[in-house]
Amino acid sequence: MELKLTLNGKRIIEEIDADLLLIDFVRAHGCKSVKRGCDTSGCGLCTVLLDGTPVLSCSMLAARADGHDVRTLEGLQEEAADFVGFIAAQGADQCGFCNPGFVMNTIALLRENPDPTDDEIRAFLAGNLCRCSGYDGQLRGIRAYLNAKKREG
Amino acid sequence: MLTIQNYVRPETLDEAWECNQNRKNRILGGMLWMRLGRGSINTAIDLCRLGLDTIEESEEEFSIGAQVTLRQLETHTGLNRYTHGAVRAAVCDIIGVQFRNMATVGGSIWGRFGFSDVLTVFLALDTAVELHRGGIVPLAQFVTMPPDRDILVRLIVRKTPGAVVYLAMRNQRTDFPTLTCAVSDLGGAPRTVIGARPGRAMIVPGLPALPVGQWSQDAISAYAEAAAAAVPTGSNVRAGAAYRSHLCSVLTARALTQLGGINGWN
Repeated sequence: MELKLTLNGKRIIEEIDADLLLIDFVRAHGCKSVKRGCDTSGCGLCTVLLDGTPVLSCSMLAARADGHDVRTLEGLQEEAADFVGFIAAQGADQCGFCNPGFVMNTIALLRENPDPTDDEIRAFLAGNLCRCSGYDGQLRGIRAYLNAKKREG
Repeated sequence: MLTIQNYVRPETLDEAWECNQNRKNRILGGMLWMRLGRGSINTAIDLCRLGLDTIEESEEEFSIGAQVTLRQLETHTGLNRYTHGAVRAAVCDIIGVQFRNMATVGGSIWGRFGFSDVLTVFLALDTAVELHRGGIVPLAQFVTMPPDRDILVRLIVRKTPGAVVYLAMRNQRTDFPTLTCAVSDLGGAPRTVIGARPGRAMIVPGLPALPVGQWSQDAISAYAEAAAAAVPTGSNVRAGAAYRSHLCSVLTARALTQLGGINGWN
């Protein structure tokens, strides 16, 4: 079937198989930040934004993205740059494998709720697994970013 | 691994129904459970063009399209006002936000899964399902029907005055539930639903009547013990049957106590 979508601002029209998954489509188009962590819809590493909504690209047919806007971390560098330094400063990234999914879902969180409580951050990021840390570093990093933003006014 | 030969987006329910009569074809919900299975699908049927992705609220009822996501259930103001947040409580620990943005209420209910938080909470409400050919069927009846080739179009939740409380036990926050429990009071006697037994959610039969205003701690304890005795439980990787039966009485008592509080407050 013919798939038409926008990937990181670029219009793409391509002939695809019906069972092609969105993760394999975006990786074939160079978006290697999108990875398989679990392949059972549980880890959040393959998160992309579909019309701004975070979804698991390992569990979605590419065909279902037809006519939609798909964003990966490659297309959101500027928005990510705002806060990733704060997370790194807390030493939250150890192996770093979970980072792209975390960053994508944090972008979605902050767009929806620019001033979340710690519980709201934990709840929104609960579907992003990290095997190295206890999630506290990520939480401290996001909190530090929000505090810095408030100080700037 | 799942293979799919063709993908279609029917423009009408009749077209979708016709296509679904072929046993090699499947309707897609969120595709989250389906993709974990093996097999070959000839044509995957996506209902995305049928306008089933909204929750409509009238004075009498909520009409919830089959393609509404669990996240929509979680964030819908009217539905959560009516249920005192019980619908949000039922879905908010299911995997993660990204998962809930994809999983559909139609897929959850159609699957009649044993682990379903969604089925548990809607069984405690005055809920019916609309099937394209089968018409409107009470949810309690639908869960006992064998899967066929019909299409679940929407859920109808009547706004019967009352209250509902949802509780679940999970070994870890985003895991499958070890036991689910919803207790409602929609006028008359409370209705208690237990799921993840690990069998499919059921309305607990034969419980003592608890007249309004007589929910003493003793009456609640006796009711909860009766619920635990009436609900068949089993063992699996998450818990043993005896532990589940214990959870059944604890969660039922807690839910009833909360429900009594909501009723008293109102």
